[in-house]
Amino acid sequence: MDRTEASTVDVSRTSILLRAPVPRSYANYIARKIFLFLVTLQELGAFALITLGVCVRKLRRPAPLIRELMGQQIARSGVRLLPMFVFVAVALGFLVIGQTVAVLARVGAIQWLGSIMVVAVVRELGPLLAALLVLARVGTANVVELGTVRALGEIEALEALRIDPVHYLVVPRVVGMAVGTFALTVYLILGAVLSGYLWAFLQDVPIQPGDYFSQLAGALTYLDFALLALKTAAFGFIIAIVTCYHGLARPLPLEDVSNATVRAVAQSIVACVLVDALFILVYLNT
Amino acid sequence: MNPSATPNAPASPTANASGPAPVLEMRGVSFGAMRDQTQVIASDVNWTVRAGEFWVVAGPQRSGKSDLLLFAAGLMPPLRGRYCCFCVEMPVTGDAPLNAFPPVGLVFDGGQLFNHLTVADNLALPLRYHERLSAEAARQRVAPVLEATGLAPMAERLPQTLGRSWQKRAGLARALVLRPQLLLLDNPLGGLNARHRGWWLGFLGALGRGRTTLELPPMTLVVTDDAFAPWVRVATHFALLGEGRFVVIGDRAALEASADPLVRELRAHELPTGATGSETSLWERSG
Repeated sequence: MDRTEASTVDVSRTSILLRAPVPRSYANYIARKIFLFLVTLQELGAFALITLGVCVRKLRRPAPLIRELMGQQIARSGVRLLPMFVFVAVALGFLVIGQTVAVLARVGAIQWLGSIMVVAVVRELGPLLAALLVLARVGTANVVELGTVRALGEIEALEALRIDPVHYLVVPRVVGMAVGTFALTVYLILGAVLSGYLWAFLQDVPIQPGDYFSQLAGALTYLDFALLALKTAAFGFIIAIVTCYHGLARPLPLEDVSNATVRAVAQSIVACVLVDALFILVYLNT
Repeated sequence: MNPSATPNAPASPTANASGPAPVLEMRGVSFGAMRDQTQVIASDVNWTVRAGEFWVVAGPQRSGKSDLLLFAAGLMPPLRGRYCCFCVEMPVTGDAPLNAFPPVGLVFDGGQLFNHLTVADNLALPLRYHERLSAEAARQRVAPVLEATGLAPMAERLPQTLGRSWQKRAGLARALVLRPQLLLLDNPLGGLNARHRGWWLGFLGALGRGRTTLELPPMTLVVTDDAFAPWVRVATHFALLGEGRFVVIGDRAALEASADPLVRELRAHELPTGATGSETSLWERSG
């Protein structure tokens, strides 16, 4: 009897709580967060448009200096990361692809290998993992470098020499990261697929190399290649824009550089995932 | 020759209204701080600098002297009023080519060198960017400037490996590479020992007269400092920035005659010492 009463009381309390208005402080907190998100989105959008404008105006006849800087940034965001990407590609192949191949063979679903690999590795895991690695290795360094440049007054020095800071500092990084992320994604996917087969071979999975690669090739369409290029370049562009924005956009005291780095990493990840979601819509409609 | 022992002022423009053309003209100008442009540094500034003049703007620390030069160099717009430099309304905005900007050079207090570039590359950067020169061609162009400023032995060193005095000198050399006609210098003597102070006073005097080995025409100079005293024999015109006001004092006689307590305080500092003869020979053109 007592237990029933207690239960009734609890239910009514719960319903009262559910019907009660959200405390003002909670609403304010959520509204503030949404407002800040929108402001950040607007500022990042403006910075991206400014950068694109400079790219369009000045890339038609780039100065040898800017070409040289682009080369340096491609080396920094691409070539120099290759050893780490080879390691990650091998790990990805062993840990994910090899096991997937083994499981598919065990349950007799090896004919689905190509489709699963293309969806998992080529479309999703490869580009996103490459973007995260580029963000971790180069994006964070970007914020620290540019934040220090800003804090030490080097932007004013560039402006005094009539050198456009966006052209000199941001455009080479954007080009370098877009090209670097694309190239590294291709290497990551190739390395993962190769090491995945090696792992399956070591596990005595009954699949011939010809079958394995023909299944993968058969599952790929031209759209996959085009969207892979577009997506990875977009990831590189986003990472470059977000990290350069946080390093350069406003005067930054040296002690704030670490906070700006944390913000840049979080916002880059969110932006890349959102763009990835847009690409999923394209994939689902094809 | 010891330039600071026998300092010569740059060619003084004629005092009448039909004298040399104004290179810098501010009318009813208010300007803010670079870090926070809503913070007003000085209001209602009316100031004309004519070609060939050597101005010293003195003021207490944190009075906004650096902001004045950043504003004068066109790095921020006026909050109010009209500011023209070489008859061009400032600031020049948009995607303008170098020749759309007035020929103004700015030397920062700390040099503000790019830390990832060597001294020679710092100097070559504006040439490589604006004139699309190769690295080799730009280096050949900066060699005489390095020589004249005594930086040639340090050309391949990174800025952070140099002392503050040499960093400031490298900042001056970088500003000279684009051959400005108006040179703005922020606190050039700050933190220097007697030898470097003497070098700066002599070199700037020679720049004003067009007597350096760089073959530059006589240059108009605006210098900021915490005191007037080191510049009394070198500069031709003086102004005061402090307590939220910009006061044009005038020539040396006006400086001597000024009864403003702040001017008197800033005038009462030590006099400069001379540069060494061996250093002077690096940049002084004979004749």
